[in-house]
Amino acid sequence: MSATKTQSNDTNTAKIACSDVHVFYADKEAIKGVDLNIKEKQVTALIGPSGCGKSTFLRCINRMNDTIDICRVTGNIQLDGQDIYAPEVNVVDLRADVGMVFQKPNPFPKSIFENVAYGPRIHGLASSKADMANIVEQSLIRAGLWEEVKDRLDQPGTGLSGGQQQRLCIARAIAVSPSVILMDEPCSALDPIATSIVEELIDELRQNYTIVIVTHSMQQAARVSQETAFFHLGEIVETGATEEIFTNPKDPRTESYITGRIG
Amino acid sequence: MNSGQHIVAAFDNDLRQIENLVVTMGGLVEQQIENAAKLIVSRDLELAEELIKSDKQVDQIEQEIDELVVRIIALRQPKAQDLRAVLAALKVAADLERIGDYAKNLAKRMDVLATVPPVGSSGKTIKRMCLMVREMVKDVLDAYITRDGASAVEVRLRDEEVDQVHNNLFRTLLTYMLEDPRNITPCMHLLFISKNVERMGDHTTSIAEQITFLITGELPDDDRPKGDTTSKAIAKEK
Repeated sequence: MSATKTQSNDTNTAKIACSDVHVFYADKEAIKGVDLNIKEKQVTALIGPSGCGKSTFLRCINRMNDTIDICRVTGNIQLDGQDIYAPEVNVVDLRADVGMVFQKPNPFPKSIFENVAYGPRIHGLASSKADMANIVEQSLIRAGLWEEVKDRLDQPGTGLSGGQQQRLCIARAIAVSPSVILMDEPCSALDPIATSIVEELIDELRQNYTIVIVTHSMQQAARVSQETAFFHLGEIVETGATEEIFTNPKDPRTESYITGRIG
Repeated sequence: MNSGQHIVAAFDNDLRQIENLVVTMGGLVEQQIENAAKLIVSRDLELAEELIKSDKQVDQIEQEIDELVVRIIALRQPKAQDLRAVLAALKVAADLERIGDYAKNLAKRMDVLATVPPVGSSGKTIKRMCLMVREMVKDVLDAYITRDGASAVEVRLRDEEVDQVHNNLFRTLLTYMLEDPRNITPCMHLLFISKNVERMGDHTTSIAEQITFLITGELPDDDRPKGDTTSKAIAKEK
């Protein structure tokens, strides 16, 4: 087993380059100067104990934290070399490019078709009805849901099973042609079979998208990601190739966490 | 090395149990080599019988280790140092089992060897080889218990000395065979025994590598010196 030294901090190959990112909730500093480069078309897993800041950090990448009044973000996050916190950046466009899938599947109370069509419609991505139908079909195919729902597109999205709803949310995110998909514990509300299906989907999606996933399941991080970053108390303790992190972590705090020891 | 307690205490028990089994197995194998060393000089057939029987116990512990490793992987999904600990245990047990087999093989050849006169001082030479290997096994198991990486590396390098003794004995036995064809039967048996003891050294080296992996997370990548040159040996008439 030879150690492959990963160049996680090579800015040249980074899709998303984060440097010295701090996040404050009022006076409380939740993220304390994080540097992380996220590689293009790879799955990067953010792991760490509850309250370590991994979800907060994830939400910086598409400026979801903007919606929280007391939240303040400093530092620099570049997507394809562009500062996403620059004043000229349109946050709605940013969130189309950096899609998000949440812990609990949250389809709109609309039909399956409308759930997927909603994003392309508000972004004006479809030029005709046929075009829209095509976008919806392709998104559902990519999310691995098409075969299961093609005969009932007019039925409510909320009537699907949990796993199907989560894949519908993934289809909804894909429909607006993002380049990055953020996932915040996408499988924690799913049963093992639905989890496997979504994990398989994540593996397929990485051919076309850069994926950042927050997960509490260490096994899931090991299964789906190529890169892993371990967060602890608002800082990144260790980052590297997933294989390396799970066989031979360098920092004793990482070791304690992933082996389930009292650290 | 971080070896704090697991939140799930039963996991600690499993890992401790597996380590105890490896150490117990190692102790039995040390005894087997020690008996082999005695046998080759004393040619005591009763001791040979005892050695052959003891191998069953070694095999049984290996099986226990295999089963425990499978159970730990299935139930606990070990990671990092825990993963390395169970994988190392699995491989070390396999190496120990092979070493035990070689000792048993030596004992099996005693029925024939006991019927012929000793060939020069070859018995003493093999005894010396056996004792060298036994020391290596002992030291490598100590390194395993104390997680002493430097000591494991040192044991790995000692195998070259065993190879040298085997080389010399190989040549000596060839000479005896050339001198008198009646020597061929005992010499062939002694040659196999010598080769087997040399293989014991190789397996001990492999154990040392596994222990280095367990401690550091990396296998030693430099080529260790290899001393067995008998694959190129030629018998020359004098």
